[in-house]
Amino acid sequence: MTVDSPPARGTPGATAAAGGTPRRRGSRPLAAVLGLVLLAVLAAVPLFVDPFGTNTLSRILVFALFAMSLDLLVGITGLPSLGHAAWFGIGAYTAGLVAEHWTAEGVVTVLLAAVAGAVGAAATGWLAVRSSGVFFLMLTLAIGELVHQLAQSADTVTGGSNGLFGIPSIRVAGTPLTLAGYVYWFVLAVVLLGALGLWLVSASPFGAALRGIRDNEARMRSLGYTPFRYKYAAFVLAGGFAGLAGGLFAGLVRIVNPSDAGFSTSALLLLAVILGGAGTLWGPALGAAVVVLVRDTYGPTLEGHGPLLLGVVFVLAVYLLPQGVAGLAGVRAGIGRRRPAREGSS
Amino acid sequence: MIGWFDANLVSILNGFAIGSLLFILAVGLSIVFGMMDVLNLAHGAFFLVGSYLSVTFLAGASWGGFLTALGVAALVGLLAGGVLSGMTEPLARRPILDQALLTLGISLIVAEVLSIVYGNDVRSVRPPPGLRGSTDVAGDAYPTYRLLLIGIGLALALVVWLVVERTSVGALVRASVADREMVSAMGIDNRKVKVAVLGLGSMLATVAGVLAAPVYGARPGLDETILLLALVVIVIGGLGSIRGALIGALVIGQVESLGRALLPDLASFILFGTLALVLVVRPRGLFAGKVAHS
Repeated sequence: MTVDSPPARGTPGATAAAGGTPRRRGSRPLAAVLGLVLLAVLAAVPLFVDPFGTNTLSRILVFALFAMSLDLLVGITGLPSLGHAAWFGIGAYTAGLVAEHWTAEGVVTVLLAAVAGAVGAAATGWLAVRSSGVFFLMLTLAIGELVHQLAQSADTVTGGSNGLFGIPSIRVAGTPLTLAGYVYWFVLAVVLLGALGLWLVSASPFGAALRGIRDNEARMRSLGYTPFRYKYAAFVLAGGFAGLAGGLFAGLVRIVNPSDAGFSTSALLLLAVILGGAGTLWGPALGAAVVVLVRDTYGPTLEGHGPLLLGVVFVLAVYLLPQGVAGLAGVRAGIGRRRPAREGSS
Repeated sequence: MIGWFDANLVSILNGFAIGSLLFILAVGLSIVFGMMDVLNLAHGAFFLVGSYLSVTFLAGASWGGFLTALGVAALVGLLAGGVLSGMTEPLARRPILDQALLTLGISLIVAEVLSIVYGNDVRSVRPPPGLRGSTDVAGDAYPTYRLLLIGIGLALALVVWLVVERTSVGALVRASVADREMVSAMGIDNRKVKVAVLGLGSMLATVAGVLAAPVYGARPGLDETILLLALVVIVIGGLGSIRGALIGALVIGQVESLGRALLPDLASFILFGTLALVLVVRPRGLFAGKVAHS
């Protein structure tokens, strides 16, 4: 890593990475103030929102972290995955099982979930990142379905298609968190730490190298990088953060279904990333909020035809928001999901 | 060996029947991707449209109903493909993921509309009269309709092979898979080809849905199951390769049937394990062309 930072400055990825900070220097204090205000509002939510609303917001936060972890792959590394829910599911099952059989201590379950997600991604990633484009899409889809089937068929451990239920509530320092507000604060803290971690990865020279690989892999290779290693590391990291989100999910919802690791969850997340604007991290977090609201809040009011609304959102998003919501905010140029180099070479 | 073969004959035949259906589905998906770079994730939903059409036209009650369902399904498929072709046109220069998301959205909409119209119950469809009985195959009674399916699949494979290898239309198809820009530079209107290819591909999906209805029935969620199988088939065979689609369909048909019969707990692992294995050995599928699609 130490050798990597100097050449990174000369790569196309480095300019893209830098685009987030120096070029928009003028609006930096504004962004910081906005961030702090948002943080304060988020922290104060349980004080003036009813438990149901708080619960929904907790779920949105979990999916926001999940979507950001997928963005590390899709937006920053340029690897569109259709099986990312696998690591989320592995994390959720791990956290659930640890809580049921060992300890419900929140920090422990969540960290073990992250480790499990990363280990799962590490075990399969070496295979997946060898391919790219549609083949990566298909391979990750296959891996995701394998995990989904595993959850379905190993019913002595996972509860099969009934799901893993009766997960005890999260404990912090031995005290179970029973009120929605306390659970929310725990979720908020972990999600913020996770988001910080992802932001640090994305802003590091390592993140710049990932962007370089996304924009022009051949050039990165000729500069002396080994794209495989970077992509593999990104895959494992993304798996770890997805596992973290899964661990939170298990503690929050207290039931885990095989479908949480399946194709539809992966597709939904991909929608969240594209809807929000791939490559920006905060965009996908917003996208996740929209997706969760559409699916869980407005879906049931349509007599269970939430997917219809989701489908419409999919179609509209593709046409109207080619750069996602982040594109509307003017954060374009190089951070969007256009990959001119790849298009030119194919 | 003979004894084992005898004991599993029904499963093997079932595998061929499933393989036939998968071939009809996958060949459309594969040509559409190979020629037009459109990854049509709505293919499964189109299939389900066909299945529900045979419910509407009571395809199980009479030959008239069955043939009407087939005809209407073919027409609907052609139209749907044409519409899809128009919808993907503005996205032609965007990353492939955008088209995949668009078609995924369309498939969600189509599947939900179907469940609003037909409800969430599992609908079963009987084979048309005369094909409901079973035929004696080497001592085992086997449903006649499924034998017919195997025949249709093989016949279609032959027709597709003849068209692609022996006619000028086929030459155009092969040329488009190999180098679309060059084909268009030679004065062939790319957009017309796209409408035709997507129309035909989608028609194959809806027709496969009608043909499959007496075997799988029609139910919500079937579209996703079928789409996954078809995707596995074309990825194993190599995107854009017709021979690949045939071999892939036959392999996956056996995995689905024989695998499920012999190792019921492991069938799904075998399915996706086969996919992973093939991609490890041949990252672009068994019969991928020389031109790389990424």
